[in-house]
Amino acid sequence: MSERREVTALQDVSFTLEAGSFLTLLGPSGCGKSTLLRVVADIVRPSQGQVRVLGHPPEAARLSREIGFVFQDAALLPWRSAIDNVRLPLQVGAARGKPLKGRGPEELLALVGLAGWEKSLPHELSGGMRQRVSIARALLGGPRIMLMDEPFGALDEITRDRLNDELLRIWRETGTTILFVTHSIHEAAYLGQKVMMLAANPGRVREIVDVNLPEPRYLALREGPEFGRLAGHLRAVLETC
Amino acid sequence: MATGIGLDSLVADGALADGAVADGALVDPNVARDFWRANQRRARWKRRLLPLLGAATLLFVWWALIAVFDVKPFIAPSPQVVAATLVDKADILLANLWPTAIEAVAGFLLGNFAAIAIATLFVHRKGIEMAFFPIVVLVNSIPVVAKAPILMLLMGTGMAPKIAIAAVICFFPTLVNMVRGLEAASPQAMELMHVLSARKWEIFVRLRLPTSIPYLFAALKIAASTAVVGAIVGEWIGSQVGIGALIIQATYNFDSALLYATVFCGSAFSVLFFLTIRLLERLCVRWAPLSANL
Repeated sequence: MSERREVTALQDVSFTLEAGSFLTLLGPSGCGKSTLLRVVADIVRPSQGQVRVLGHPPEAARLSREIGFVFQDAALLPWRSAIDNVRLPLQVGAARGKPLKGRGPEELLALVGLAGWEKSLPHELSGGMRQRVSIARALLGGPRIMLMDEPFGALDEITRDRLNDELLRIWRETGTTILFVTHSIHEAAYLGQKVMMLAANPGRVREIVDVNLPEPRYLALREGPEFGRLAGHLRAVLETC
Repeated sequence: MATGIGLDSLVADGALADGAVADGALVDPNVARDFWRANQRRARWKRRLLPLLGAATLLFVWWALIAVFDVKPFIAPSPQVVAATLVDKADILLANLWPTAIEAVAGFLLGNFAAIAIATLFVHRKGIEMAFFPIVVLVNSIPVVAKAPILMLLMGTGMAPKIAIAAVICFFPTLVNMVRGLEAASPQAMELMHVLSARKWEIFVRLRLPTSIPYLFAALKIAASTAVVGAIVGEWIGSQVGIGALIIQATYNFDSALLYATVFCGSAFSVLFFLTIRLLERLCVRWAPLSANL
């Protein structure tokens, strides 16, 4: 057996997320970004301390389906077609057999730009398309918060840029609240209204940076001086994390 | 125009290789397509005919060896005698194939069903798995020929012990593969089910079971052939009917033609059983295997 060490993943992390806002979480690897997301989603329980999600313990938020989760790998079930993957949340847990709140599966697939791909199996779709399906699945039932754990981290840059714009459009159209974990400075700055920066060992909030870019955003913004200054600042803070 | 260019360069390559068209000059696309199709047809026929040619060669060598060295019929038969026996004694062969087939299929169903049930139990009750899995491995290491007499003493000389032997022989590979398959769901898929507050049985039906299907079929394909082996070994030890009994009988009577014909029947059934399972697999597993990421 190797030597075991107790690691404090997160300490004294406190932040509020305004309804309908887009907050990106940026930090070095091992700073507990993913852990924080998993605590909010009630996948991981904190050993000490209290977490409140929408005024309730995370478990209550999870059971009442207030939370949608998008994983880094799309986590689609490979034997189900795109539309059946989006339908999964209707078929398990407390929501089984209950009427659907919000948009239906077909409408959501169209929203993420996959109208006409309903019958395709995951292995027939590209990586970016699979991630679109998983976003549609997370949006089913109209969750109040969507948690995204480096959802575009495994995609190529061109696909990633395109999906960043698509995600902003989806966010505007649905009005959902998004908490988005990334290790890309550009992605964090381009997507978020605010960027929360975490430092490692133990994981703690280093700084919350307001992003003052014109809305709606477009990719060319990234070439401008304003964006350059912002990215430079984030990089400087990141070096002290 | 892009497709036209593609076709032309394809033909240019083919032409240079075959020397059918001079200098790889641009060719009429229709000619190119016909040329390509003819090539495909030739390749398809090759794939079909070559295995037949191989089998024919082997039969010829067999026949030649028997003829040249003048091998006596009680040592080894010539192929045409075996073929004649297959036709003449078809009724005896079929009458003995039936019991073996029933034992093998019944054992296959019983053994695999038990394995799937116990794998399900193991996955949900880790304590039971830890307690009994070493014993499973231990029993699995006993050779079939050693297990068979034990079951014979316990169950008499009817069909029951043969079914039991076939079942036992199927049981272990399926159990091991099924436990692996039921635990093969990706951590993220398990987390997804948790976020959706799926119940244990829902996770089992919607995620674990479908994930395990390719693993299950890998084991079933092995079990299809070993179940037949189990039934035949069971019949060797104490039986009046069945492929196993007929093999022993033909050997003691130095009836090599009947022996070879019996072996041929047994393996033909085994292959048929295997192909049935593979067909079922093709029907059930229509998705690509889970890749490492995405």
